[in-house]
Amino acid sequence: MFLLKLILRNALRHKLRSALTVVGIAVAILAFGLLRTLIGAWYLGVEASAANRLVTRNAISLVFSLPLSYKDRIKQVDGVEKISLGNWFGGIYIDRKNFFPNFAVETVSYLDLYPEFVLSAQEKSAFLRDRRGAVAGAKLAERFGWQVGDQVTLQGTIFPGNWEFVLRGIYRGLRANTDQSQFFFHWDYLNETMKKTAPRRADQVGFYMIGLAHPEQAAQASAAIDGLFKNSLAETLTETEKAFQLSFVSMSGAIITAIRIVSIVVIVIIMVVAANTMAMTARERIAEYATLKTLGFDARHIAGAVFGESLLIALTGGVLGLLLTYPAAAEIGRRLAQFIPVFRVPPETIWLDLAAAAAVGVVAGIFPSWRGATINIAEGLRRIG
Amino acid sequence: MTSPSTPIVEIRNLFKSYLRSSQRVPVLEDITLDVADGEFLALMGPSGSGKSTLLNLIAGIDHPDSGLLRVGGVEVSALSEGELAAWRAAHVGFIFQFYNLIPVLTAFENVELPLLLTPLSRKERHEHVALALRLVSLEDRMDHRPGQLSGGQQQRVAIARALITDPTILVADEPTGDLDRESAEEVLGLMDRLNREFGKTVIMVTHDPRAAEKARVIRHLEKGLLNHVPA
Repeated sequence: MFLLKLILRNALRHKLRSALTVVGIAVAILAFGLLRTLIGAWYLGVEASAANRLVTRNAISLVFSLPLSYKDRIKQVDGVEKISLGNWFGGIYIDRKNFFPNFAVETVSYLDLYPEFVLSAQEKSAFLRDRRGAVAGAKLAERFGWQVGDQVTLQGTIFPGNWEFVLRGIYRGLRANTDQSQFFFHWDYLNETMKKTAPRRADQVGFYMIGLAHPEQAAQASAAIDGLFKNSLAETLTETEKAFQLSFVSMSGAIITAIRIVSIVVIVIIMVVAANTMAMTARERIAEYATLKTLGFDARHIAGAVFGESLLIALTGGVLGLLLTYPAAAEIGRRLAQFIPVFRVPPETIWLDLAAAAAVGVVAGIFPSWRGATINIAEGLRRIG
Repeated sequence: MTSPSTPIVEIRNLFKSYLRSSQRVPVLEDITLDVADGEFLALMGPSGSGKSTLLNLIAGIDHPDSGLLRVGGVEVSALSEGELAAWRAAHVGFIFQFYNLIPVLTAFENVELPLLLTPLSRKERHEHVALALRLVSLEDRMDHRPGQLSGGQQQRVAIARALITDPTILVADEPTGDLDRESAEEVLGLMDRLNREFGKTVIMVTHDPRAAEKARVIRHLEKGLLNHVPA
């Protein structure tokens, strides 16, 4: 009880110094939390992947397509329950800076494979009926102020021309990590247009999405699918949706590593700053520690008081930083919605933030605690006056 | 614990030196001293003569290089660090030149500090502290922090803290060194009263001849050697 009182009063002794240290730690924890959230956002696609979904694409590169005829053959493979297909459309809405992912997909089967894209029965029916119909994620619709029934024109880059769509539905995510910034329209619309304007590009598929009856069949089914098209003109590469998403993330591996390093550097910097503050504090109180030891208090009491103060300041900063992380992440998520579909503070970040703050407190407290605990009383008493 | 003829502090052939830049500097040389129970002893001497070092050794906050040091029948020089801490808490009351109060604690809490290491209940501690503060006429300042008290009042709080465990000896290192004349008189009067009325053994280091006048025995230290001067 006495120790707690001493810790609390000592922490409030130099209010400005303590406040600045707390703010410093809070800012560091905020930065750490946001950077970890950014890394988490990078892995969103991986996290949102279903274990029973496979992606089949051209083995050379995603840029190359696969024949439509593969669909029926893939369907025959053991374990394959559902199959859909699509193309990355790469359309521009008004200006290049308005980037968002847009795909031409085989609508019925695609929505069946992605139950996490939630559409009302009415909107789904309207979308399926209208060949020029499209659906957009709620965040995307909000970003551009789209309403159901609006006309949306995309300027094709891979598929030239102006493509006009009617927004028939706005989907919402079943889970918090569902990407709500995508845009889908009928693959048939794209294919029929290609038949008219560029027949050689018709009946070509960017990727097949495959639904398995059981996730444990993934390796076997992948091998079977790729075996079907071995030595053909368009060999396939089949992998789980998670592996497929990870291959995108790995392209940014260096950036993610850099962000990870920066997040740790931020914590190390604040550790040094907090350690310096605590060392300065302990130096000023050497005579007090010597007095306490003179009165019979032992090294554990002194170390406990210094360590406790260091932990209290660090955890106060940590909790403040953590509380600031949520509104900051919401604001960043709003501003960067076009690049980062979901910028949500993951639950593990809370523990990481608190662990980082505790680590700052522990590291900052080690040397001053040791110094206070091992002070020679006679020398310590001479420090006063 | 000690018979009337046995001194409360018994020092025989005590040596103490410090290491300064790899050179050993002798501070106390062959000190032999007895302090009788209930004595008021003043240790005087110029700066660097070793008087504070001797006081620290008697109070168990420093170790001698060699020699015998017995306080209240306990051979202090043979105690371990942990045993010394417990012994100090029970047997020695400290009064410092700069009071050495903990600034974030009130007068009451500062006086209570040594009792926190005893098995006394909160109520008992409260009673003891109130009594000690009454003895130094500061019962109306118990909620004040050191920064809100004058130097003389702070030293009186320090005296109350020194008394609170009813120690065997009171050691005072320049207790009036930081006080004005009036406050110094108050503090010395209080120490004199503790010695005369309560029979406390007081060992005081001082530069001030007026402070030394309160003592019944004065010993001079010069270059680590002890001389006897009758008070």
